[in-house]
Amino acid sequence: MTDVVESIIRGLGNGSVYALLALGFVIIYKATRVISFAQPSLMLAGAVAVSYLAEVTGFYLAVLLAGLLIAGVALVIERIAIRPMVGRPFFVVAIITLGVDVVVRVVVNAFIGRDVRQMGDPWGFTQVSLGPFVVQTRWLAMLAVTAVLVGLLFAFFRYTRYGLAMRAAAFDQETALAQGISVGMVFALSWGLAGFLAAIAGMFVGTGQGVEQLTWIIALKALPAIIVGGLDSLGGAVVGGLTIGVVESLFQSYQGQLAPWLGQNFAVVTPYVVMLLVLLVRPYGLFGTREVERV
Amino acid sequence: MTVAPDIPTGRSRRPRGRPLLYTSYAQDMALLDTRAKKVWTGLLVLTAFGLSVVLADRSLEVLAGAYVLAIGAIGLNIVTGYAGQVSLGHAFFVAIGAYTGAALSSPPGGRTIGFGVAEIWIWLPAAGLLAALAGVLVAPLATRLRGLYLAVVTLGLVFLGEHVFKEWDALTGGPGVGRSAAVPQLFGVRLDQDGPLGTREQLLYLLMLGALIAFAVAARNLARSRIGRAFMAVRDRDIAAEVMGVPLTRYKVLAFGISSFYAGCAGALLYSITGYVEPGSFSLLLSVQFIAMVLIGGVATVSGAIAGALFISLLQPLTRSLPSLVPFVSADTTVTPNVFQVETALYGLLIILFLVFEPRGLFGVWVRVRNYWKSWPFSY
Repeated sequence: MTDVVESIIRGLGNGSVYALLALGFVIIYKATRVISFAQPSLMLAGAVAVSYLAEVTGFYLAVLLAGLLIAGVALVIERIAIRPMVGRPFFVVAIITLGVDVVVRVVVNAFIGRDVRQMGDPWGFTQVSLGPFVVQTRWLAMLAVTAVLVGLLFAFFRYTRYGLAMRAAAFDQETALAQGISVGMVFALSWGLAGFLAAIAGMFVGTGQGVEQLTWIIALKALPAIIVGGLDSLGGAVVGGLTIGVVESLFQSYQGQLAPWLGQNFAVVTPYVVMLLVLLVRPYGLFGTREVERV
Repeated sequence: MTVAPDIPTGRSRRPRGRPLLYTSYAQDMALLDTRAKKVWTGLLVLTAFGLSVVLADRSLEVLAGAYVLAIGAIGLNIVTGYAGQVSLGHAFFVAIGAYTGAALSSPPGGRTIGFGVAEIWIWLPAAGLLAALAGVLVAPLATRLRGLYLAVVTLGLVFLGEHVFKEWDALTGGPGVGRSAAVPQLFGVRLDQDGPLGTREQLLYLLMLGALIAFAVAARNLARSRIGRAFMAVRDRDIAAEVMGVPLTRYKVLAFGISSFYAGCAGALLYSITGYVEPGSFSLLLSVQFIAMVLIGGVATVSGAIAGALFISLLQPLTRSLPSLVPFVSADTTVTPNVFQVETALYGLLIILFLVFEPRGLFGVWVRVRNYWKSWPFSY
């Protein structure tokens, strides 16, 4: 029984990383109607930035600086590659972000090289006891930081004028423009926020095992998470991320004994299986808005 | 201008000096509707066949690979360009085709599954059909989804496929080990060995060229048929298409099926050039490469897809020769920046640049050049 709970806590920890990334996807999607396939590269860039900065400034300041740095990179990407495409089909813009992802990743890989870069994080693999359960400290840190960030984000959207502007633009771009909201500012802000969240997620992915060139694949697991939750639901992103994390972790722990015929490392693809199952039942995810199409 | 000529029903000659005056419906719908197109297409095909004698074996192998990739790109163009269903899962269908062809044509009793049917006219359609079946099975999900939801789901296919191929050792040989690919044999003649008809590369080149022409003509005909028009209606506004009487589900399933058929055939042929399949090669990168071919070549044009595939495949030998030209690019994978990184970055950059500056791709560039010379020396 303790195994199950420990496995779930590990899943929640990993899931909160997916949730951070998924929030980035959803924020960009709500503002621009585009899935940014560039998120994985931004996550990787964030992790690498932390690993370099931590040597100079210490870990906590490095995280903050890396977050701002990646937000800046995201702003530049938005300005150069995304803004000129306003009014073009969403699919085309999504493919552009795919191109951006490839380019940024090549640049970042040049900084990683062949070795694994350590983050200099204070948690490492240290464990802590929660009553009868022994869990790694970093899972708890991930959960706590994600909870705080999600709370701040929701407060931002709920109470600030920029949050209100973003909600308005997400609801109806043209009407928002007519009300004097700078939709360009909303685009930039959404990319900046997504970049910041991706960097934090990257930092967490790198804790313990470090960052290497293949780390970016982890960010793709946030895609099933947003589909499970629904593309345009912030709450759905969090729920989807945590669900994916827990399911994956449980499969990691028990699939080897219970269903060995699924093959080794089946846990890696469970996010996609969960996504397919959810979509069979609800084509717009659990909390996504059902599109009403009119001709 | 109001003089109505009696409209001929069948073929008819067009007045001299009026290459764009259509006097019959058949002319308007013709595959090659002007004499210039007929002449130039004929010359192009002849040149392509002639290359098999002129070029060195190494270049022929590269070109043969490019032709096969073009078949795959045409397939992706059918589902994404014509029918408007974004698919990031093309690599998955390519893989199914590659393994079907390999399993059918390998000799039985080896390390991996084999049935010993090396005749190409058996394994090629079989590879296409099995991939098409997979496409049709995926399609019901696809018809319920739209736009980017679909893109992410097809992305999931690639990952699920990768897992299956890595685990199913008996079929795929397992990661890092791989297996022998499909054996091209036509009426008892092994095309992957030097023979009296030509060297191995020449034979393979001619096979791939023939296959490309067949697939390209078929796709072009499909595009101008009732089915093609239905695809375009679905792409432009699916609800409106349904209102006009286009059965959405049927045509989306059809688009996925045909596209996967092309992908399967391309997969089976692609690896018969190198004679070796490895499960790791059917990754997201392959899907992205196909998308790059379609976008760089020109969305919803068959000739564009071919141009894009040639462009991307010929980019590789070009970048591979970079280290000797540019001093700071290294051929060694352990050093940055190396050619592989430059190559990958180029894919990304080209996708971005083409989409931002020339959305119609190479085909659009060609159209612009043609229009410029049509009215030369007048600019309008």
